[in-house]
Amino acid sequence: MTDKPQIEDLSGDKYKYGFTTEIEADTAPCGLNEDIIRLISAKKNEPEWLLERRLKAYRHWLTMSEPHWAKLKYDAVDFQALSYYAAPKQKAKPKSLEDVDKTLLDTYNKLGIPLKEQEALSGVVAVDAVFDSVSVATTYRAKLAQSGIIFCSISEAVKEHPELVQKYLGSVVPYTDNFYACLNSAVFTDGSFVYIPKGVKAPMELSTYFRINAQNTGQFERTLIVAEDDSYVSYLEGCTAPQRDENQLHAAIVEIVVMNNAEVKYSTVQNWYPGDKDGKGGVYNFVTKRAACRGINSKVSWTQVETGSAVTWKYPSCILQGDNSVGEFYSVAITNNRQQADTGTKMIHLGKNTRSKIISKGISAGFSNQTYRGLVDIAANAKNARNYSQCDSLLIGSTCGSHTVPYIRNRSKSAVLEHEATTSKISAEQLFYCQQRGIKEEEAVGLIVNGFCKEVMQKLPMEFAIEAGKLINISLEGSVG
Amino acid sequence: MTQKLLEIKDLYAGVAESGKEIIKGLNLTINAGETHAVMGPNGAGKSTLSYVLTGKPDYVVTGGSMRFAEHDLTALKPEERAALGIFLSMQAPVEIPGVTTQNFLKHAINAQRKYNNLPELDAAEFLKLLRSAAKNFDISSEMLKREINVGFSGGEKKRLEILQLSLLQPKLAILDEADSGLDIDALKIVSQGVNQWHTKENSLLIITHHLDLLRQIKPDFVHIYADGKIIKTGDMALAEELETSGYKNYLDAAK
Ligand SMILES: Nc1ncnc2c1ncn2[C@@H]1O[C@H](COP(=O)(O)OP(=O)(O)OP(=O)(O)O)[C@@H](O)[C@H]1O
Ligand SMILES: [Mg+2]
Repeated sequence: MTDKPQIEDLSGDKYKYGFTTEIEADTAPCGLNEDIIRLISAKKNEPEWLLERRLKAYRHWLTMSEPHWAKLKYDAVDFQALSYYAAPKQKAKPKSLEDVDKTLLDTYNKLGIPLKEQEALSGVVAVDAVFDSVSVATTYRAKLAQSGIIFCSISEAVKEHPELVQKYLGSVVPYTDNFYACLNSAVFTDGSFVYIPKGVKAPMELSTYFRINAQNTGQFERTLIVAEDDSYVSYLEGCTAPQRDENQLHAAIVEIVVMNNAEVKYSTVQNWYPGDKDGKGGVYNFVTKRAACRGINSKVSWTQVETGSAVTWKYPSCILQGDNSVGEFYSVAITNNRQQADTGTKMIHLGKNTRSKIISKGISAGFSNQTYRGLVDIAANAKNARNYSQCDSLLIGSTCGSHTVPYIRNRSKSAVLEHEATTSKISAEQLFYCQQRGIKEEEAVGLIVNGFCKEVMQKLPMEFAIEAGKLINISLEGSVG
Repeated sequence: MTQKLLEIKDLYAGVAESGKEIIKGLNLTINAGETHAVMGPNGAGKSTLSYVLTGKPDYVVTGGSMRFAEHDLTALKPEERAALGIFLSMQAPVEIPGVTTQNFLKHAINAQRKYNNLPELDAAEFLKLLRSAAKNFDISSEMLKREINVGFSGGEKKRLEILQLSLLQPKLAILDEADSGLDIDALKIVSQGVNQWHTKENSLLIITHHLDLLRQIKPDFVHIYADGKIIKTGDMALAEELETSGYKNYLDAAK
């Protein structure tokens, strides 16, 4: 017995989403070249302009190299060993929810995401379900269409709303942006498209549920959300993957465009398979998420609870271009065992009176390593811009690492910036105090951790908050013993 | 009929990390309903005894036995000992940032109820119980919403410990300097709270340096504890004597 919380065995089998779905898939051969890109484009019956964009991105990607500035260590990805397209074989494209393959419906049921529309509309969530490279179902489309909202897979949007896709796709994250974004621009397969017309407030939460199933397949999804003047939408994203010994690559792009007086809330509960206790397997999560607040008084908030992935590289950002626009980032990141996360945000203040708020809560346990990396950039014209940043780290045990790297670039004399950071540790004294009152060590850790991230959890939509709270407890199981 | 609640026989225990021995051959039996006071010089090992009884992982038992209501304590985890009914009011209650007092207490009560196969209290039932108890200890609802022990004054912490005693209704309460740092009114609140809980079935082990609390909670036995064991047992008269003449005579005699 010692006075330090001990790290105990937490193997991947605690990961309850680790099952594999046996379904025949239509898979592209491994490797990446122009022919593969043409194949993806052909499989999706894409218009010529999109193929051209893909090829342009691919040619540019060939000139780029993987970024290594993040505090992450992982085996290099062999991009030629991956397959870039895998779609579950379904007889024909399902016309309605009833036609979706039963194996797929069962899979989503098992994941707790029933793909059906209930009668009552209170508390319901519209779901776009993306399975490997394709969207398999989108619920409540008709209901949403009544108010002019478009909610469909990006592949469908390409066909049905090409003018919108052409106008906005790549307008927030250009293909030249970074290595992974460029790769995504060349090979993205599916994802969700949301368009909220002027003056419309979405009558329900919209969500996308991403599932990687196929082996050796990269998932490159693409989400595009456009909120016109005076509109509002709250959007949720969930992700899981089977437990596999090989690493799986996930390189997504999310783009959000927010116009005058519009507001978008984007929440993520990221629970990709984290690998086993020795760091074998798990998802590489290399994601570019960015919102452009183009309008006056526009507002975007990113709320994320990150418990999964073996390696995370992710910095949801806000470009605050419109005067008085507001960007918020609320994040809980948990790493355990051998997980690594380099995550944070970028707040780019361009407009006057723009405001941003960053609340980041990092929890590290086991042998994991976590870095908060954030940029607050205030342009010379961003008069009276304000930023408040708070980065708190909580350590469990003494074998994990936690780092905070805030970058600040301020060229505006009238800007006001505040930054606070704390690092604390769950002490043996605290655990014993809880235990002396009858609370088990693991429950005590959950209690302390949930208290630590309360501020962020409160920002999640209700239905998600409960789920996310449980997820936090699960991902910390075995972190003390 | 007297019923043994706690029986410590020839106990040896020390610091787990360094092996330093602190408790050296301690014998103590506490029957149901009895109140025992333990007095002794600083560093004698009184707090260590309270931690060894409650299973703090910093310490390791190297010899002897501790039995509590038919259970071998050494085999039980701290939370199991708590759920069996051993409560420790700590000399230095621990601050837990992020966890409100109220939420902490709810988890504690329900964890113990669960262990004892009782239905857990729902939010409303718990709040009702908590509010009426808090009133007795002059603890405001504002304080219950604060993070547990964080920024509490010394006296507030001690009052909260006894509030927990009254909520958790243990069989044995160990009060380690529950009286230190209390003003006159708080001392009254604490002793009343303890007396209210204390019945014929419940037992008390009071560790203290002062007579004030003992005068309110009349002990059946007073032990002098020095160098890891009990060197003299008496009653309240012994405590009164110590107040005037100190430990010196007994310490010299024990050598
Ligand atoms: N974890 C530990 N590591 C090292 N030494 C310890 C540890 N715990 C207790 N000790 C030592 O053991 C001795 C007894 O400590 P303890 O706190 O039990 O004394 P006490 O009788 O409660 O004293 P006081 O009246 O001052 O509260 C002290 O010398 C103390 O420094
Ligand atoms: Mg002491």
